[in-house]
Parts: sequence; C-alpha cells; structure tokens
Amino acid sequence: MRPSFFIISISIWSLIMTTDAGATTAERNYKTYCVQCHGLDGRGNGINVTDMSTQPRNHTDAKEMSARTDEELFKVIKEGGQAIKKSVLMPPWSSTLSNEEINDLVKYLHTLCKC
Amino acid sequence: MTSHSTKKHSKTLWAILIATASMNTPVHAENTGKSILDQQCVSCHTLSLTTPQTVEQLWESKGPDLSSAGVKYKSEWMTNWLQKPVRIRPAGNFYANHIKTGEKSDVIDKATLVDHPKLSSNDAKLVVDELMTLKHNQQLVKQGDYQPGTISMTLGEMMFDKFKGCLACHQIEPGYGGLSGPEVYTAANRLQEDYLISFLRNPQAWEPKNIMPNKNLKEIDLQKLVHYLRALSKEDFK
Ligand code: HEC
Ligand code: HEC
Repeated sequence: MRPSFFIISISIWSLIMTTDAGATTAERNYKTYCVQCHGLDGRGNGINVTDMSTQPRNHTDAKEMSARTDEELFKVIKEGGQAIKKSVLMPPWSSTLSNEEINDLVKYLHTLCKC
Repeated sequence: MTSHSTKKHSKTLWAILIATASMNTPVHAENTGKSILDQQCVSCHTLSLTTPQTVEQLWESKGPDLSSAGVKYKSEWMTNWLQKPVRIRPAGNFYANHIKTGEKSDVIDKATLVDHPKLSSNDAKLVVDELMTLKHNQQLVKQGDYQPGTISMTLGEMMFDKFKGCLACHQIEPGYGGLSGPEVYTAANRLQEDYLISFLRNPQAWEPKNIMPNKNLKEIDLQKLVHYLRALSKEDFK
C-alpha cells in the first residue's frame, strides 16, 4: 500500500516537472527563434515582416491554427514552409531544434491560439 | 645543514623571481594588440572559445565571438571599421534584446542600442594584427572552397528572396529586407569568401544555437549565393 502510493506520487511529480520543463524550454525557444517573424505577442507581426511577400501566420488566430494538425505543425517547424507547400520564408529548424523541442513548441502553439 | 641550504636557495630564488617580475611590468606599458583587447574588448567579445553554446548564452552575449577572427574577417575592412564603426546588425548583437511592440509590427528599440567603441588608427592596426592570429574554428574553413564566378543581380536576388527565403532576416540594401540578421550588402566586404561558404553550408557548426537556420543548401547554390554577396558589396547604395 505505502510503497505504491509513494511510487505514484513520485511519478505524478516527475510528470509535472517534465511538462513544466518542456513548457519553459518551448517559451524560451519561441522567444529566441520565432518572435523575429511571428512577433512578441505571436500575431505574425515581428520585426522582420515589413518587406515580406507572405505575412507570417498569426499564432493567436484559433480558426487558422486549428485548421492544422499537430503533425503538420511539427513538419512545418522541422522542415520549413515548403514542406507543407507554404512559403519559403518559414525556415526549417531541424538543425537548430531537437524533435523533442519541436514537439514542445507544437504544444506551446496551442496555448497561444487557445485551441 | 640540508634544511639550512634549502632555505638559502629559496631566498635567492625569490629574489630572482621578484627581479624578473618587476622587469616585466614597467610602469608605462606600451599598448600591444593583446593588451588593448584584454582591456577594452573582452567585456563584450569572446576571444578564445566559440560561444554561445546555449540559448542562455545567446541572450547574454554582448558582441560577436572573435575567436575565429583570423579565418573570418578581411583585415583591411576590420582596420577601417574599428576606426569608424557603423552598425551592421540593425537590431543589435542579439535582436531579441532590442525589440518592442510597435503600432503595426514589432520595432527595434533604438534606445537600447549602443555605439561601438572607436580606435585610433595605430591601435586599430595593433588589434587587427592580433585578431588575425585567432583561428579557433579554422578546421571548418577550406582554403579555396570558394571558386570565383559571377551571377546576374536579378538571378542573385531571386535566389536570395524567392527561392531560399534569406530576405526574411537580411537587408540586401539599406532599408530593404529583414532586420534580425546582419545586413548582407556589406558581407563580402567584411568576410572572407571561404568563410562565407563554410558558414552558409552549416551555420550551426560555427554556433550551435545560432538563429540563422541551416537551409541545407546545395554546393552549387552556396557558390552562387557568395557570387551574389560579392556583387552586392560592389553596389554603391549612398
Ligand atoms: C560594449 C560592447 C562592446 C565592446 C566594448 C567592443 N565591442 Fe566590438 N562589437 C560589439 C557589438 C554589439 C558588435 C556588433 C556590431 C554591429 O553588428 O553593428 C561588435 C562588432 C565588432 C566587430 C565586427 C564583428 C562582426 O562579426 O560584425 C569587430 C571586429 C569588433 N567588434 C572588435 C572589437 C574590438 C577590437 C574591441 C575593443 C577595442 C571591441 N570590439 C569592443 C560590442 C562591443
Ligand atoms: C531566420 C533568420 C535568417 C534567415 C532565414 C537567414 N539568415 Fe543569415 N543570418 C541570420 C542571423 C541572425 C545571422 C547572424 C548569425 C551570427 O552572427 O552567427 C546570419 C548570418 C548570415 C551571414 C553572415 C553575415 C555576417 O555579417 O556575419 C550570411 C552571409 C547570411 N546569414 C546569409 C544568409 C543566406 C544566404 C540565407 C538564405 C539561404 C540566410 N542568411 C537566411 C539570420 C537568418
């Protein structure tokens, strides 16, 4: 009885800790790599957008964002816009971010669009 | 007897040490490239190891890493620039430290940008001689990797913008292009061609957390892009 309770509470605790760490890394990576184009508040209005032929996605737009599956979001971050027939202006981040970091960013995007 | 003579020896040794030490530190030290770097530059630049290795170091970095200056920069450009520094990165060394929310889009927070220290022509020459000896990442650069050639401005710009998406972060003329990366219309004046090839081939080999993405460019495209950068650097934008 006791040991199993102990194990359960440990695993819950570690679950909370890892998701927490993932979310922190995702927010930090977003602020490092994504805001240059997607903007400080995620509306697709970063410092780089003025001369862009295609405007970056607004990550707070629930309608636009929920039109994409998580697999597509993962793919577009990892391989760039052209991988899902979108703009070449969205770069591939596969050499910069690990798969785990990209997965955490996909989760983070859901918190931005609240969707 | 033995202990007495050791003591005597160590006394002489101390006397010699003190004498040499004071000889090496004259009161009015002449400036050397190294002493200028140590006194005026290391607060913002790293000289012996390549950073940033982590995202945190990227945010904390105050200037580009100079540990590979000797295989990266053109010495003549450096000597001139250090006497008359002008901004290369519109949004500072790490853009995210210098932006704020604006009306239509985020804008550069100009108040947070500082002017670069200026050197006299003599000090600039001393410093550049010293910097050109720093070759931390020289194994990444192959002499003769760039094979001189040409490309038309139209085709070059099409590659840089439409095909490869580089314009997102770089200006190809004053006031035109992205702002998070260094202006590229002066890149070929500043940087050695073989370095440009190596950097474009794999920016993360130079700095793992670099915000310049690896676009997995083909060898032929690397060459063409550097032809274009060279053509751009010969334009007169004033
Ligand atoms: C207050 C911080 C600071 C100090 C001190 C400083 N630098 Fe810099 N340095 C920078 C920043 C920031 C840049 C990038 C400038 C830009 O992009 O416009 C830079 C750029 C450079 C460059 C061009 C590198 C590149 O990749 O563009 C060289 C060379 C350089 N500094 C040398 C020196 C030397 C030599 C000294 C000492 C005499 C020095 N710096 C002192 C902050 C500093
Ligand atoms: C997401 C933004 C982004 C994109 C897209 C991008 N770059 Fe960069 N680039 C940067 C940043 C930031 C740096 C500075 C990196 C550093 O100092 O290590 C840089 C550095 C460079 C440099 C070196 C310039 C210097 O002064 O040190 C060259 C040349 C360059 N990029 C060319 C390109 C080319 C060609 C492409 C397209 C294939 C491209 N960039 C795409 C952000 C970008």
